[in-house]
Amino acid sequence: MLGPSPRRAARWRSDLSSSASTTSSEVSLERVFREEAGRLTASLVRILGDFDLAEDLVSEALLEALEHWPRDGVPERPGAWLLTTARRKGLDRLRRDAKQRAKLELIGALPERPRREADDRLRLIFTCCHPALAREAQVALTLRAVVGLTTPEIARAFIVPEPTLAKRIVRAKRKIVDAGIPYRLPGPEDLRPRLDEVLTVLYMVFNEGHLATGGDAPVRHDLARDAEWLAELLIRLLPDVPEPLGLLALIRLHLARWSARLDGQGRLVLLEHQDRSLWDRRAIAEAVRLIHRAAALHRLGPYQVQAAIAAVHCEGPTWEETDWREILGLYTMLLALDPSPVVRLNRAIARSHVEGPGKALAEIDEVRNRLDNYHLLHATRAVLLRDLGREAEAVAAGRRASALTSNSAEQALLERRLAKDVDSLANAGKVADGA
Amino acid sequence: MKYMLLLTRGEWEDTGPEDERQRIYAEIGEWWAKLASQGKMVGGHQLQPPHTATTLVLNARREATVVDGPFMEAKESVGGYGILEAADLDEALTIARTFPSPSSKVEVRPVIQR
Repeated sequence: MLGPSPRRAARWRSDLSSSASTTSSEVSLERVFREEAGRLTASLVRILGDFDLAEDLVSEALLEALEHWPRDGVPERPGAWLLTTARRKGLDRLRRDAKQRAKLELIGALPERPRREADDRLRLIFTCCHPALAREAQVALTLRAVVGLTTPEIARAFIVPEPTLAKRIVRAKRKIVDAGIPYRLPGPEDLRPRLDEVLTVLYMVFNEGHLATGGDAPVRHDLARDAEWLAELLIRLLPDVPEPLGLLALIRLHLARWSARLDGQGRLVLLEHQDRSLWDRRAIAEAVRLIHRAAALHRLGPYQVQAAIAAVHCEGPTWEETDWREILGLYTMLLALDPSPVVRLNRAIARSHVEGPGKALAEIDEVRNRLDNYHLLHATRAVLLRDLGREAEAVAAGRRASALTSNSAEQALLERRLAKDVDSLANAGKVADGA
Repeated sequence: MKYMLLLTRGEWEDTGPEDERQRIYAEIGEWWAKLASQGKMVGGHQLQPPHTATTLVLNARREATVVDGPFMEAKESVGGYGILEAADLDEALTIARTFPSPSSKVEVRPVIQR
């Protein structure tokens, strides 16, 4: 294997984003890069059977493109340009390195033009998300190889020290080679579980952007957009499979509400209190069309149902006028597909709007043991207990929720709510004392 | 590629009724024989139960102490191992998945070939 090259870290993304002004040509340049980087990496991994070498060559080709394209314009066939450049870089490097002779032939045999019909990126995605790799490694590798993020960018996005993340990626790549993780699509009997694995990774990337688990920025738009792009890519590659459509609809419905999620001071605003006039109605309508497209394939799955739930929320004129009965029904359907305690917690919230807080609290208490370290369980209990007039218990639950969250904006929100509960508890106390 | 399948013992081996045990042993035997006849299972053995094991512990100066029992926790003792010939990890996992022993684990580990 080749040693790490000093030019290894492809800085193209940060180079682009750090330019003083973002002109439309830079935006399209970034789009071209994102589209072509993963495609080229995927082809090279297939042909060379060497992740590191493939990534090195792609990085070098992209760096060269960054020197030429802004000056000379983006070539008509950027993919072919990059492939030719990568090919030349590879030959140069391997000629210098006698130990790599065997690879020379492979590089020499690289096609002059990229083949368009077969997209290697699908295989690359499935390899990066192979169940034999740990979840964090799947996420890091997918962002690295398919999206083309650099190791420092991924480390920053997930608030992980850079060496830790670099080690994670190196170990995963080594396992791919040493354990013989194949670089090909799963067979038909494996496709569903393997696709679930991919969707989970995409959803994790989105969620981390949607609500960061740590750090100062409560939401990170770029990660959410990366997840959206990956879901779009997956749909282009697997157009007749419904769950990616469901996931993309879900992501887009969340993105449509993005501008209403933070207030002027950067504080998180709950769905309940969001200014619905800020929601992107056109994006919502488009996402709903995706749900219909998925439904027409007649294979229901959890992402489709979650998207449907998000759509009902988006279509409600106000929080109170939301069709809670419909949402409760959808959660029951979701529970049948995914019998997890988190889904039960969410169903309990819907139930509180249809059948009242008492019934909802009873349902939550059935899963309390299994979700005792989940802040939203306690936050929800706090709200329901307050509705039931059990103020002291509400405060205790609120304190527990706040102690369990690591997202600063979420914590601030829980604290604000808790302060209100403590106030009303104090007032109630005064009334009881006859003050 | 060659993979070692490290097979743990299932609870049924110690607690199940005798006829049930014999039935599962027979199933495992058929499974093994079929893979062997396909040239997939190229080696391996069933092992005597863990209470028959003796463990040597070597210290930093390579001095050995003899200890009674296996070095792994009794809850998950190894019951046997097989050497599998497979094209890649996916094939190895597909085969490992069919190991017909209830409540068992199969560790799939690539073998270093020189």
